[in-house]
Amino acid sequence: MARKQGSDTEATNGLEFQDSVSTLLERRGVTRREFMKFCTAMSAALALPPAFAPRIVRALDEVKRPTLVWLEFQSCTGDTEALLRASNPTVAEIVLDILSIDYAETIMAAAGHLAEANLDKVVREEKGTYIAVVEGSIPMKDDGIYCCIAGRTALDRAREVCGGAFATLAVGTCASYGGIPAAAPNPTGAVGVKAAVPSATVVNLPGCPLNADNLTATVVHFLLFKKLPATDGLGRPLFAYGKRIHDNCERRPHFDAGQYVEAWGDQAHRHGHCLYKMGCKGPETFHNCPTQRYNDKTSWPVAAGHGCAGCSQPMFWDSMTPLYKRLPNVPGFGIEATADKIGLGLAVGTAAAFGVHGVLSAFRRGDDSEGAKED
Amino acid sequence: MGHLYEKYVWEIPVRATHWVNVLSIAVLTLTGIYIGSPATLGATPSDYVMGWVRFVHFTAAYLFAVSVASRIYWAFRGNRYASWREFFPILTPAGRRNMLATFRYYTFLCKKGPQPVGHNALAGTTYALVFVLYLVMIVTGFTLYAEHAPLGTMHKLTGWLLVLFSNQTLRLTHHCVMWLLIGFAIHHVYSAWLMDVKERGGVMSSMFSGYKAVRTKD
Ligand code: SF4
Repeated sequence: MARKQGSDTEATNGLEFQDSVSTLLERRGVTRREFMKFCTAMSAALALPPAFAPRIVRALDEVKRPTLVWLEFQSCTGDTEALLRASNPTVAEIVLDILSIDYAETIMAAAGHLAEANLDKVVREEKGTYIAVVEGSIPMKDDGIYCCIAGRTALDRAREVCGGAFATLAVGTCASYGGIPAAAPNPTGAVGVKAAVPSATVVNLPGCPLNADNLTATVVHFLLFKKLPATDGLGRPLFAYGKRIHDNCERRPHFDAGQYVEAWGDQAHRHGHCLYKMGCKGPETFHNCPTQRYNDKTSWPVAAGHGCAGCSQPMFWDSMTPLYKRLPNVPGFGIEATADKIGLGLAVGTAAAFGVHGVLSAFRRGDDSEGAKED
Repeated sequence: MGHLYEKYVWEIPVRATHWVNVLSIAVLTLTGIYIGSPATLGATPSDYVMGWVRFVHFTAAYLFAVSVASRIYWAFRGNRYASWREFFPILTPAGRRNMLATFRYYTFLCKKGPQPVGHNALAGTTYALVFVLYLVMIVTGFTLYAEHAPLGTMHKLTGWLLVLFSNQTLRLTHHCVMWLLIGFAIHHVYSAWLMDVKERGGVMSSMFSGYKAVRTKD
């Protein structure tokens, strides 16, 4: 966290936060043992060597809480839900709690102009040091009137809040790349945060919904190293999005063996074989679902028997459909005109055309091209 | 046939890359079709059907890429029939005349076609397009292949394509161009046969021997 530590910070944060995170956790009934376990899990989530766990413990022991504001635009609140339902209550929740969540529509106690005043205060007084979290896409069409909060457009608010933040975490696919609101024909002109506010420092945490573990890990990374994690070409942290689903999938041995589910509920499906032929998008999706899983590591789509929908890829709703087929439809054609039908038609057409040409050539008389007779 | 004589037209690199392309495209097409739409051939999880098919596909892809690169190199080093100029007859007035004449011959508008020593003008133009398709296949193929190692050099070189176009667009392109190349192969074999019969220049056998029967000494 770039925020200065010392007396002025403590003064603004109030007495409570002179305590370390671990003291706060203790006060909330989280044992030291649970805290250590959490730190080890975080080092694993961040793909750091185990030796980093004690450093995470130390960092969190010393940390003073940074302010976090959670903005919600065109969304289904799935990411807030994912966070709230992550656990009851785990260290992760409390670590996020310990970030002073000064504004989050779904969970804050304040309402109306008081809530807005809270947000204004953070933007004014903590410029460059607070973290903004954005959930949901930002509409750009018609001056952004399709999403207004307290009479101001999402775009306007995002420019102000994300522009002044130390960093913005775009949670979920909508905030990252526009998500479902941006799916064709995209009536509201929805875009992700980075596209709406190019000047902001944005880390994308896509997924539908985001995996709360990845959010916690990003924040821990940030508290530990005082900087944002390394990201890929799509602005996603490599620790969570650096590997393909397919390469960590528990069904992968069946893929390599050549054992595929051919129909829902068939023998192969019941035996847990690979869902490749059912349109699984694991081979083209980067996410740590197979290792991190959802809902406190309970499960994830492929484990539950449904192919990956590729929800953490940009514009997944347009590019990953049809969900139960391997390839997208050829643009500009009817639904049934799949690539293979066109391709086969092309090949057969070529063969037929040349067949006809051959027959005509055979009957062509006085063909002067029969060069050997020439000259 | 007194006026015909054998002329050495196709140099070894031209013939070698041609046949390596034939072989690798055949292997790539067959394995590619399996990868795109596999049948359940494995009986137990310890089988490795898809594993081997993908291995063969990737190995053939490397072979094909090296072959295409060699041919492009030879387009600047080889004799006049191997030269890149043969692929762009449209750039010269004589080339354009030849293209039109060949087109008229193919469409039965005229009885006599041109008798080129190297590629006929339309074929040369087609091969230029085919080489573009080859490059599309190589680039999309290796971009998709590199995704298994996101921190690797190949992914660093090609990753921008995945940002620009989506992975699914690249996959669809890779798949559709396969069909275009199948269409080309049918056309190519037919045309070669037609030329063989009509020109009696032995274009088919020339792709093995390198010698073509031509009319006059240049
Ligand atoms: S289920 Fe999907 S991700 Fe898993 S191995 Fe099969 S294709 Fe890959």
